[in-house]
Amino acid sequence: MEEQLQQNGEPVIEIRGLYKSFGDLHILKDINLDVFKGENMVVLGRSGAGKSVLIKILAGLLPPDQGVVKVLGQHVDQLKGKELDALRLRIGFSFQNSALYDSMSVRQNLEFPLKMNLRKLSKPDINNAVEEVLDAVGLLDKMDRMPSDLSGGQRKRIGIARTLILKPEIMLYDEPTSGLDPITSEEINDLINEVREKYNTSSIIITHDLTCAKMTNDRVAMLLEGQFVKVGTFEEVFESDNAQVKSFYNYNFIQQ
Amino acid sequence: MNRTPRKYVFSKGVDQYFIDVHKAYKFVGRFFREAFKAPFHWREIINQCFEIGLKSLPLITLTGFVTGIVFTMQSRPSLAEFGATSWLPSLISIAIVRALASLVTALICAGKVGSSIGAELGSMRVTEQIDAMEVSAINPFKYLVTTRVIACTVTVPILGLYCGFVALMGSYFSVHAKEATSLVSFFNNGFSTITFLDIFSSLLKSTVFGFTIGMIGCYKGYNAVQGTVGVGRAANQAVVLAMFLVFIEEVVIVQMANWIRYY
Repeated sequence: MEEQLQQNGEPVIEIRGLYKSFGDLHILKDINLDVFKGENMVVLGRSGAGKSVLIKILAGLLPPDQGVVKVLGQHVDQLKGKELDALRLRIGFSFQNSALYDSMSVRQNLEFPLKMNLRKLSKPDINNAVEEVLDAVGLLDKMDRMPSDLSGGQRKRIGIARTLILKPEIMLYDEPTSGLDPITSEEINDLINEVREKYNTSSIIITHDLTCAKMTNDRVAMLLEGQFVKVGTFEEVFESDNAQVKSFYNYNFIQQ
Repeated sequence: MNRTPRKYVFSKGVDQYFIDVHKAYKFVGRFFREAFKAPFHWREIINQCFEIGLKSLPLITLTGFVTGIVFTMQSRPSLAEFGATSWLPSLISIAIVRALASLVTALICAGKVGSSIGAELGSMRVTEQIDAMEVSAINPFKYLVTTRVIACTVTVPILGLYCGFVALMGSYFSVHAKEATSLVSFFNNGFSTITFLDIFSSLLKSTVFGFTIGMIGCYKGYNAVQGTVGVGRAANQAVVLAMFLVFIEEVVIVQMANWIRYY
Protein backbone atom coordinates (compact mmCIF):
# COMPACT_ATOMS: atom_id res chain seq x y z
CA MET A 1 0.00 0.00 0.00
CA GLU A 2 2.72 2.47 1.07
CA GLU A 3 4.71 1.76 -2.13
CA GLN A 4 1.61 2.56 -4.18
CA LEU A 5 1.15 5.84 -2.30
CA GLN A 6 4.83 6.72 -2.62
CA GLN A 7 4.33 6.75 -6.38
CA ASN A 8 2.29 9.93 -5.81
CA GLY A 9 5.55 11.66 -4.90
CA GLU A 10 6.85 13.29 -1.72
CA PRO A 11 4.75 12.98 1.42
CA VAL A 12 2.63 16.08 2.15
CA ILE A 13 3.06 15.43 5.86
CA GLU A 14 6.30 14.04 7.24
CA ILE A 15 6.87 13.42 10.95
CA ARG A 16 10.16 12.10 12.32
CA GLY A 17 11.10 11.45 15.95
CA LEU A 18 8.33 13.68 17.39
CA TYR A 19 8.17 14.09 21.17
CA LYS A 20 5.67 16.16 23.12
CA SER A 21 5.15 16.50 26.88
CA PHE A 22 3.00 18.71 29.08
CA GLY A 23 5.00 19.30 32.22
CA ASP A 24 5.82 15.87 33.56
CA LEU A 25 3.24 14.14 31.36
CA HIS A 26 4.80 12.55 28.28
CA ILE A 27 2.15 12.44 25.54
CA LEU A 28 3.97 11.63 22.29
CA LYS A 29 7.15 9.57 22.22
CA ASP A 30 9.13 9.11 19.01
CA ILE A 31 6.30 9.49 16.50
CA ASN A 32 7.12 8.78 12.84
CA LEU A 33 4.52 9.13 10.09
CA ASP A 34 4.20 9.94 6.38
CA VAL A 35 0.98 11.04 4.71
CA PHE A 36 1.00 11.11 0.91
CA LYS A 37 -0.88 13.29 -1.53
CA GLY A 38 -4.54 12.34 -1.86
CA GLU A 39 -4.36 9.91 1.04
CA ASN A 40 -6.82 9.59 3.93
CA MET A 41 -4.76 8.61 6.98
CA VAL A 42 -6.80 7.58 10.01
CA VAL A 43 -5.11 7.90 13.42
CA LEU A 44 -6.77 5.62 15.93
CA GLY A 45 -6.18 5.60 19.64
CA ARG A 46 -7.63 5.75 23.12
CA SER A 47 -8.99 8.98 24.60
CA GLY A 48 -6.07 11.01 25.92
CA ALA A 49 -3.56 9.12 23.77
CA GLY A 50 -2.36 12.37 22.19
CA LYS A 51 -4.20 12.17 18.85
CA SER A 52 -5.51 15.74 19.03
CA VAL A 53 -2.12 16.97 20.24
CA LEU A 54 -0.57 15.43 17.12
CA ILE A 55 -2.79 17.37 14.68
CA LYS A 56 -2.51 20.56 16.74
CA ILE A 57 1.27 20.30 16.29
CA LEU A 58 0.73 19.85 12.53
CA ALA A 59 -1.41 23.03 12.42
CA GLY A 60 1.18 24.97 14.41
CA LEU A 61 -1.12 25.38 17.42
CA LEU A 62 1.33 23.55 19.70
CA PRO A 63 5.13 23.44 19.41
CA PRO A 64 6.85 20.03 19.38
CA ASP A 65 9.45 19.36 22.08
CA GLN A 66 11.68 17.46 19.68
CA GLY A 67 11.60 16.04 16.16
CA VAL A 68 10.91 17.03 12.58
CA VAL A 69 7.40 18.05 11.52
CA LYS A 70 7.13 18.93 7.83
CA VAL A 71 3.83 19.93 6.26
CA LEU A 72 3.76 20.61 2.51
CA GLY A 73 7.56 20.64 2.60
CA GLN A 74 7.85 23.24 5.37
CA HIS A 75 9.03 22.81 8.96
CA VAL A 76 5.92 23.94 10.86
CA ASP A 77 7.72 24.60 14.14
CA GLN A 78 10.22 26.94 12.44
CA LEU A 79 7.58 29.13 10.77
CA LYS A 80 6.36 32.37 12.28
CA GLY A 81 4.00 35.22 11.40
CA LYS A 82 3.10 35.53 7.74
CA GLU A 83 4.92 32.34 6.69
CA LEU A 84 2.92 30.30 9.21
CA ASP A 85 -0.30 32.01 8.14
CA ALA A 86 0.45 31.23 4.48
CA LEU A 87 0.87 27.54 5.37
CA ARG A 88 -2.27 27.54 7.52
CA LEU A 89 -4.29 28.78 4.56
CA ARG A 90 -3.38 25.48 2.88
CA ILE A 91 -4.50 23.41 5.88
CA GLY A 92 -8.11 22.89 6.95
CA PHE A 93 -8.85 21.97 10.56
CA SER A 94 -12.21 20.52 11.57
CA PHE A 95 -12.54 20.73 15.36
CA GLN A 96 -14.08 18.07 17.59
CA ASN A 97 -16.82 20.46 18.77
CA SER A 98 -16.96 22.30 15.43
CA ALA A 99 -15.74 25.57 17.08
CA LEU A 100 -18.25 27.72 15.18
CA TYR A 101 -18.24 31.38 16.24
CA ASP A 102 -21.32 31.63 18.46
CA SER A 103 -21.87 35.33 17.89
CA MET A 104 -21.99 34.98 14.09
CA SER A 105 -24.59 33.45 11.77
CA VAL A 106 -23.65 30.52 9.50
CA ARG A 107 -23.08 32.94 6.62
CA GLN A 108 -20.84 35.19 8.76
CA ASN A 109 -18.92 32.14 10.04
CA LEU A 110 -18.14 31.17 6.46
CA GLU A 111 -17.40 34.71 5.27
CA PHE A 112 -15.10 35.48 8.19
CA PRO A 113 -11.94 33.59 7.03
CA LEU A 114 -12.42 34.89 3.48
CA LYS A 115 -12.87 38.53 4.51
CA MET A 116 -9.92 38.40 6.88
CA ASN A 117 -7.51 36.71 4.47
CA LEU A 118 -8.62 37.84 1.02
CA ARG A 119 -9.50 41.47 1.64
CA LYS A 120 -9.84 42.38 -2.03
CA LEU A 121 -12.54 39.78 -2.71
CA SER A 122 -15.79 41.35 -3.97
CA LYS A 123 -19.16 40.77 -2.30
CA PRO A 124 -20.51 38.59 -5.18
CA ASP A 125 -17.34 36.45 -5.08
CA ILE A 126 -17.75 35.95 -1.32
CA ASN A 127 -21.43 35.03 -1.76
CA ASN A 128 -20.56 32.53 -4.49
CA ALA A 129 -17.86 30.92 -2.32
CA VAL A 130 -20.26 30.65 0.63
CA GLU A 131 -22.98 29.10 -1.51
CA GLU A 132 -20.52 26.67 -3.10
CA VAL A 133 -19.24 25.24 0.20
CA LEU A 134 -22.70 25.16 1.79
CA ASP A 135 -23.91 23.25 -1.25
CA ALA A 136 -20.93 20.88 -0.92
CA VAL A 137 -21.96 20.01 2.66
CA GLY A 138 -25.68 19.97 1.78
CA LEU A 139 -26.80 22.80 4.06
CA LEU A 140 -27.60 25.62 1.67
CA ASP A 141 -30.89 26.28 3.48
CA LYS A 142 -29.17 26.98 6.83
CA MET A 143 -27.24 30.01 5.63
CA ASP A 144 -28.87 32.57 7.89
CA ARG A 145 -29.26 30.41 10.99
CA MET A 146 -27.24 30.90 14.16
CA PRO A 147 -24.94 28.01 15.24
CA SER A 148 -27.06 27.49 18.37
CA ASP A 149 -30.05 26.61 16.12
CA LEU A 150 -28.17 23.73 14.43
CA SER A 151 -27.93 20.07 15.38
CA GLY A 152 -24.57 18.43 16.22
CA GLY A 153 -24.25 16.92 12.73
CA GLN A 154 -25.14 20.21 11.03
CA ARG A 155 -22.58 22.06 13.15
CA LYS A 156 -19.93 19.52 12.08
CA ARG A 157 -20.84 20.06 8.44
CA ILE A 158 -20.69 23.84 8.76
CA GLY A 159 -17.33 23.49 10.54
CA ILE A 160 -16.04 21.46 7.59
CA ALA A 161 -17.53 23.98 5.14
CA ARG A 162 -15.74 26.82 6.94
CA THR A 163 -12.41 25.10 6.39
CA LEU A 164 -13.22 24.20 2.77
CA ILE A 165 -13.93 27.82 1.84
CA LEU A 166 -10.18 28.51 1.81
CA LYS A 167 -9.63 25.52 -0.53
CA PRO A 168 -7.12 23.66 1.65
CA GLU A 169 -4.75 21.00 0.35
CA ILE A 170 -4.71 19.12 3.66
CA MET A 171 -7.68 18.43 5.93
CA LEU A 172 -7.24 17.58 9.61
CA TYR A 173 -10.38 16.10 11.16
CA ASP A 174 -10.51 15.89 14.96
CA GLU A 175 -13.03 13.21 16.01
CA PRO A 176 -15.44 13.95 13.14
CA THR A 177 -18.13 11.52 14.36
CA SER A 178 -17.90 11.92 18.13
CA GLY A 179 -21.24 12.55 19.81
CA LEU A 180 -23.24 11.82 16.66
CA ASP A 181 -25.85 9.11 16.03
CA PRO A 182 -24.91 6.28 13.61
CA ILE A 183 -26.87 7.68 10.65
CA THR A 184 -25.39 11.18 10.98
CA SER A 185 -21.94 9.61 11.53
CA GLU A 186 -22.32 7.77 8.25
CA GLU A 187 -23.25 11.01 6.50
CA ILE A 188 -20.13 12.69 7.91
CA ASN A 189 -17.98 9.74 6.80
CA ASP A 190 -19.43 10.06 3.27
CA LEU A 191 -18.78 13.80 3.38
CA ILE A 192 -15.11 13.20 4.28
CA ASN A 193 -14.76 10.96 1.21
CA GLU A 194 -16.65 13.45 -0.99
CA VAL A 195 -14.40 16.28 0.18
CA ARG A 196 -11.34 14.28 -0.82
CA GLU A 197 -12.76 13.62 -4.30
CA LYS A 198 -14.11 17.11 -4.94
CA TYR A 199 -11.30 19.18 -3.41
CA ASN A 200 -8.46 16.69 -3.97
CA THR A 201 -7.32 16.92 -0.35
CA SER A 202 -5.03 14.72 1.72
CA SER A 203 -6.41 14.11 5.21
CA ILE A 204 -5.59 13.00 8.70
CA ILE A 205 -8.68 11.74 10.49
CA ILE A 206 -8.37 11.44 14.26
CA THR A 207 -10.94 9.08 15.71
CA HIS A 208 -11.66 6.17 18.02
CA ASP A 209 -14.70 5.19 15.95
CA LEU A 210 -13.71 2.10 13.94
CA THR A 211 -16.67 2.44 11.56
CA CYS A 212 -15.47 5.92 10.65
CA ALA A 213 -11.93 4.54 10.27
CA LYS A 214 -13.10 1.69 8.06
CA MET A 215 -15.22 3.94 5.81
CA THR A 216 -12.67 6.69 5.31
CA ASN A 217 -9.22 5.12 5.53
CA ASP A 218 -6.54 4.43 2.97
CA ARG A 219 -4.23 3.63 5.84
CA VAL A 220 -4.61 3.44 9.60
CA ALA A 221 -2.05 4.34 12.28
CA MET A 222 -2.69 2.93 15.74
CA LEU A 223 -1.48 5.23 18.54
CA LEU A 224 -1.00 3.56 21.90
CA GLU A 225 1.02 4.78 24.89
CA GLY A 226 2.32 7.75 22.88
CA GLN A 227 3.69 5.64 20.00
CA PHE A 228 2.39 4.19 16.75
CA VAL A 229 2.26 0.44 17.33
CA LYS A 230 1.14 -0.33 13.78
CA VAL A 231 0.67 1.60 10.52
CA GLY A 232 -0.96 -0.02 7.49
CA THR A 233 -4.29 -0.82 5.92
CA PHE A 234 -7.25 -1.40 8.23
CA GLU A 235 -6.93 -5.17 7.83
CA GLU A 236 -3.15 -5.14 8.37
CA VAL A 237 -3.46 -3.15 11.60
CA PHE A 238 -6.17 -5.35 13.11
CA GLU A 239 -4.41 -8.61 12.20
CA SER A 240 -2.00 -7.62 14.98
CA ASP A 241 -1.55 -9.81 18.05
CA ASN A 242 -1.27 -6.76 20.33
CA ALA A 243 -3.83 -7.19 23.13
CA GLN A 244 -4.81 -3.52 23.21
CA VAL A 245 -5.34 -3.43 19.44
CA LYS A 246 -7.48 -6.55 19.68
CA SER A 247 -9.60 -5.16 22.51
CA PHE A 248 -10.01 -1.90 20.54
CA TYR A 249 -11.39 -3.91 17.63
CA ASN A 250 -13.55 -6.22 19.71
CA TYR A 251 -15.25 -3.36 21.53
CA ASN A 252 -16.27 -1.71 18.26
CA PHE A 253 -17.15 -4.84 16.26
CA ILE A 254 -18.37 -7.33 18.83
CA GLN A 255 -17.41 -10.84 17.70
CA GLN A 256 -20.16 -13.40 18.06
CA MET B 1 2.20 8.25 29.19
CA ASN B 2 4.86 8.45 31.90
CA ARG B 3 5.30 11.03 34.60
CA THR B 4 8.64 12.27 35.81
CA PRO B 5 8.93 14.19 39.10
CA ARG B 6 9.03 17.97 38.64
CA LYS B 7 11.61 20.25 40.24
CA TYR B 8 10.73 23.79 41.40
CA VAL B 9 13.09 26.75 41.87
CA PHE B 10 11.34 27.94 45.08
CA SER B 11 8.02 26.15 45.50
CA LYS B 12 5.06 25.38 43.25
CA GLY B 13 3.13 28.49 44.36
CA VAL B 14 6.05 30.96 44.19
CA ASP B 15 7.22 29.62 40.82
CA GLN B 16 3.69 29.90 39.46
CA TYR B 17 3.39 33.50 40.72
CA PHE B 18 6.50 34.56 38.79
CA ILE B 19 5.34 32.63 35.71
CA ASP B 20 1.97 34.47 35.87
CA VAL B 21 3.67 37.88 36.22
CA HIS B 22 5.87 37.09 33.21
CA LYS B 23 2.84 35.93 31.20
CA ALA B 24 0.92 39.13 32.03
CA TYR B 25 3.95 41.25 31.09
CA LYS B 26 4.24 39.46 27.75
CA PHE B 27 0.50 39.84 27.14
CA VAL B 28 0.60 43.62 27.67
CA GLY B 29 3.76 43.88 25.56
CA ARG B 30 2.09 41.96 22.75
CA PHE B 31 -0.89 44.33 22.90
CA PHE B 32 1.34 47.36 22.25
CA ARG B 33 3.13 45.55 19.42
CA GLU B 34 -0.13 44.47 17.73
CA ALA B 35 -2.14 47.67 18.38
CA PHE B 36 0.06 49.85 16.15
CA LYS B 37 0.52 47.32 13.36
CA ALA B 38 -1.78 46.94 10.30
CA PRO B 39 -4.33 45.58 9.60
CA PHE B 40 -6.61 47.63 11.86
CA HIS B 41 -10.03 46.15 12.53
CA TRP B 42 -11.91 49.48 12.66
CA ARG B 43 -15.32 47.92 12.21
CA GLU B 44 -14.78 45.58 15.17
CA ILE B 45 -13.41 48.45 17.31
CA ILE B 46 -16.55 50.52 16.58
CA ASN B 47 -18.72 47.48 17.23
CA GLN B 48 -17.02 46.94 20.61
CA CYS B 49 -17.34 50.66 21.49
CA PHE B 50 -21.06 50.28 20.82
CA GLU B 51 -21.24 47.10 22.95
CA ILE B 52 -19.28 48.63 25.83
CA GLY B 53 -20.57 52.18 25.64
CA LEU B 54 -24.18 52.12 24.65
CA LYS B 55 -25.08 49.06 26.64
CA SER B 56 -23.52 50.47 29.84
CA LEU B 57 -25.32 53.80 29.40
CA PRO B 58 -28.55 53.05 31.35
CA LEU B 59 -26.61 51.73 34.37
CA ILE B 60 -24.14 54.64 34.29
CA THR B 61 -27.03 57.11 34.04
CA LEU B 62 -28.80 55.61 37.04
CA THR B 63 -25.73 55.29 39.28
CA GLY B 64 -24.39 58.73 38.29
CA PHE B 65 -27.71 60.42 38.97
CA VAL B 66 -28.19 58.65 42.32
CA THR B 67 -24.58 59.42 43.33
CA GLY B 68 -25.17 63.14 42.65
CA ILE B 69 -28.43 63.25 44.63
CA VAL B 70 -27.20 61.20 47.59
CA PHE B 71 -23.86 63.00 47.87
CA THR B 72 -25.63 66.37 47.89
CA MET B 73 -28.19 65.20 50.47
CA GLN B 74 -25.47 63.83 52.74
CA SER B 75 -23.23 66.90 52.44
CA ARG B 76 -25.99 69.47 53.09
CA PRO B 77 -26.36 69.03 56.91
CA SER B 78 -22.62 69.47 57.52
CA LEU B 79 -22.47 72.66 55.43
CA ALA B 80 -25.77 73.93 56.90
CA GLU B 81 -24.21 73.86 60.38
CA PHE B 82 -21.78 76.56 59.22
CA GLY B 83 -24.40 78.35 57.12
CA ALA B 84 -22.37 77.47 54.05
CA THR B 85 -24.94 75.68 51.85
CA SER B 86 -24.05 78.10 49.05
CA TRP B 87 -20.79 76.16 48.80
CA LEU B 88 -22.66 72.97 47.92
CA PRO B 89 -22.30 73.28 44.10
CA SER B 90 -18.53 73.81 44.26
CA LEU B 91 -18.02 71.09 46.88
CA ILE B 92 -20.06 68.59 44.88
CA SER B 93 -18.38 69.56 41.59
CA ILE B 94 -14.93 69.03 43.06
CA ALA B 95 -15.92 65.64 44.49
CA ILE B 96 -17.60 64.50 41.28
CA VAL B 97 -15.05 65.78 38.76
CA ARG B 98 -11.94 64.89 40.75
CA ALA B 99 -13.01 61.49 42.08
CA LEU B 100 -16.55 60.16 41.90
CA ALA B 101 -17.37 60.27 38.17
CA SER B 102 -14.33 58.33 37.01
CA LEU B 103 -14.41 55.93 39.95
CA VAL B 104 -18.13 55.12 39.71
CA THR B 105 -17.82 54.64 35.93
CA ALA B 106 -14.78 52.40 36.35
CA LEU B 107 -16.46 50.22 38.97
CA ILE B 108 -19.63 49.87 36.89
CA CYS B 109 -17.58 49.02 33.78
CA ALA B 110 -15.35 46.59 35.69
CA GLY B 111 -18.49 44.73 36.78
CA LYS B 112 -20.40 44.89 33.52
CA VAL B 113 -17.79 45.07 30.76
CA GLY B 114 -14.87 43.29 32.47
CA SER B 115 -16.95 40.25 33.34
CA SER B 116 -18.57 40.06 29.92
CA ILE B 117 -15.20 40.26 28.11
CA GLY B 118 -13.72 37.66 30.50
CA ALA B 119 -16.65 35.29 29.98
CA GLU B 120 -16.88 35.80 26.20
CA LEU B 121 -13.19 35.26 25.51
CA GLY B 122 -13.05 32.48 28.11
CA SER B 123 -15.85 30.55 26.43
CA MET B 124 -14.24 31.17 23.02
CA ARG B 125 -11.00 29.73 24.39
CA VAL B 126 -12.50 26.58 25.94
CA THR B 127 -14.71 25.85 22.90
CA GLU B 128 -11.64 26.18 20.63
CA GLN B 129 -13.06 29.19 18.74
CA ILE B 130 -9.78 31.06 19.33
CA ASP B 131 -7.83 28.07 17.96
CA ALA B 132 -10.22 28.01 14.98
CA MET B 133 -9.30 31.62 14.20
CA GLU B 134 -5.63 30.83 14.45
CA VAL B 135 -5.79 27.87 12.05
CA SER B 136 -7.73 30.05 9.59
CA ALA B 137 -4.65 32.35 9.52
CA ILE B 138 -6.52 35.04 11.48
CA ASN B 139 -4.64 36.63 14.37
CA PRO B 140 -7.08 36.11 17.29
CA PHE B 141 -5.07 38.37 19.61
CA LYS B 142 -5.38 41.27 17.19
CA TYR B 143 -9.02 40.64 16.33
CA LEU B 144 -10.28 39.93 19.85
CA VAL B 145 -7.87 41.51 22.35
CA THR B 146 -6.59 44.70 20.74
CA THR B 147 -10.06 45.72 19.54
CA ARG B 148 -11.63 45.24 22.98
CA VAL B 149 -8.82 46.96 24.90
CA ILE B 150 -8.83 49.94 22.50
CA ALA B 151 -12.62 50.17 22.69
CA CYS B 152 -12.50 50.12 26.53
CA THR B 153 -9.71 52.72 26.62
CA VAL B 154 -11.69 55.05 24.34
CA THR B 155 -15.17 54.45 25.74
CA VAL B 156 -14.63 54.53 29.52
CA PRO B 157 -13.39 58.19 29.56
CA ILE B 158 -16.41 59.23 27.46
CA LEU B 159 -18.68 57.35 29.88
CA GLY B 160 -16.81 59.03 32.76
CA LEU B 161 -17.54 62.51 31.35
CA TYR B 162 -21.17 61.54 30.83
CA CYS B 163 -21.39 60.13 34.36
CA GLY B 164 -19.97 63.39 35.76
CA PHE B 165 -22.57 65.42 33.86
CA VAL B 166 -25.45 63.20 35.03
CA ALA B 167 -24.18 63.26 38.64
CA LEU B 168 -24.03 67.08 38.53
CA MET B 169 -27.59 67.14 37.16
CA GLY B 170 -28.67 64.86 40.04
CA SER B 171 -26.95 67.21 42.46
CA TYR B 172 -28.64 70.22 40.84
CA PHE B 173 -32.09 68.66 41.30
CA SER B 174 -31.27 67.94 44.93
CA VAL B 175 -30.11 71.54 45.48
CA HIS B 176 -33.04 72.95 43.50
CA ALA B 177 -35.52 71.03 45.68
CA LYS B 178 -34.43 73.08 48.72
CA GLU B 179 -33.26 76.36 47.22
CA ALA B 180 -34.25 78.47 44.23
CA THR B 181 -30.89 78.00 42.47
CA SER B 182 -30.96 78.20 38.66
CA LEU B 183 -29.14 75.64 36.50
CA VAL B 184 -26.81 78.33 35.13
CA SER B 185 -25.81 79.68 38.55
CA PHE B 186 -25.37 76.10 39.86
CA PHE B 187 -22.92 75.29 37.08
CA ASN B 188 -21.25 78.72 37.30
CA ASN B 189 -20.69 78.24 41.01
CA GLY B 190 -19.67 74.61 40.59
CA PHE B 191 -17.15 75.15 37.82
CA SER B 192 -15.62 78.26 39.40
CA THR B 193 -13.40 75.98 41.49
CA ILE B 194 -12.69 73.38 38.79
CA THR B 195 -9.37 73.73 37.01
CA PHE B 196 -8.00 72.26 33.80
CA LEU B 197 -5.85 69.93 35.91
CA ASP B 198 -8.99 68.51 37.58
CA ILE B 199 -10.61 67.66 34.25
CA PHE B 200 -7.35 66.43 32.74
CA SER B 201 -6.53 64.15 35.69
CA SER B 202 -10.09 62.82 35.69
CA LEU B 203 -9.87 61.99 31.97
CA LEU B 204 -6.42 60.47 32.44
CA LYS B 205 -7.74 58.31 35.28
CA SER B 206 -10.70 57.13 33.19
CA THR B 207 -8.39 56.30 30.28
CA VAL B 208 -6.10 54.26 32.55
CA PHE B 209 -9.13 52.58 34.17
CA GLY B 210 -10.57 51.72 30.75
CA PHE B 211 -7.27 50.23 29.60
CA THR B 212 -7.00 48.23 32.84
CA ILE B 213 -10.56 46.87 32.65
CA GLY B 214 -10.18 45.84 29.00
CA MET B 215 -6.73 44.36 29.50
CA ILE B 216 -7.62 42.34 32.61
CA GLY B 217 -10.87 41.06 31.06
CA CYS B 218 -9.03 40.00 27.89
CA TYR B 219 -6.06 38.49 29.76
CA LYS B 220 -8.24 36.37 32.03
CA GLY B 221 -10.57 35.29 29.22
CA TYR B 222 -7.85 34.64 26.64
CA ASN B 223 -5.94 32.42 29.07
CA ALA B 224 -8.98 30.58 30.48
CA VAL B 225 -8.53 26.85 31.08
CA GLN B 226 -10.54 23.91 32.43
CA GLY B 227 -13.84 24.17 30.58
CA THR B 228 -16.92 25.92 31.91
CA VAL B 229 -15.43 26.25 35.41
CA GLY B 230 -12.56 28.18 33.82
CA VAL B 231 -15.01 30.52 32.06
CA GLY B 232 -16.71 31.39 35.38
CA ARG B 233 -13.35 31.83 37.05
CA ALA B 234 -12.10 34.09 34.24
CA ALA B 235 -15.18 36.34 34.51
CA ASN B 236 -14.92 36.50 38.29
CA GLN B 237 -11.18 37.17 38.37
CA ALA B 238 -11.55 39.83 35.66
CA VAL B 239 -13.93 41.81 37.89
CA VAL B 240 -12.07 41.36 41.18
CA LEU B 241 -8.61 42.12 39.78
CA ALA B 242 -9.82 45.07 37.69
CA MET B 243 -11.57 46.66 40.71
CA PHE B 244 -8.48 46.13 42.87
CA LEU B 245 -6.19 47.71 40.27
CA VAL B 246 -8.62 50.60 39.70
CA PHE B 247 -8.35 51.57 43.38
CA ILE B 248 -4.55 51.30 43.33
CA GLU B 249 -4.38 53.45 40.18
CA GLU B 250 -6.81 55.97 41.70
CA VAL B 251 -4.46 56.48 44.67
CA VAL B 252 -1.38 56.81 42.46
CA ILE B 253 -2.93 59.27 39.97
CA VAL B 254 -4.48 61.40 42.75
CA GLN B 255 -1.05 61.63 44.38
CA MET B 256 0.49 62.68 41.07
CA ALA B 257 -2.23 65.31 40.43
CA ASN B 258 -1.87 66.71 43.94
CA TRP B 259 1.89 66.86 43.54
CA ILE B 260 1.45 68.90 40.33
CA ARG B 261 -1.26 71.07 41.95
CA TYR B 262 0.71 72.07 45.05
CA TYR B 263 4.30 72.21 43.84
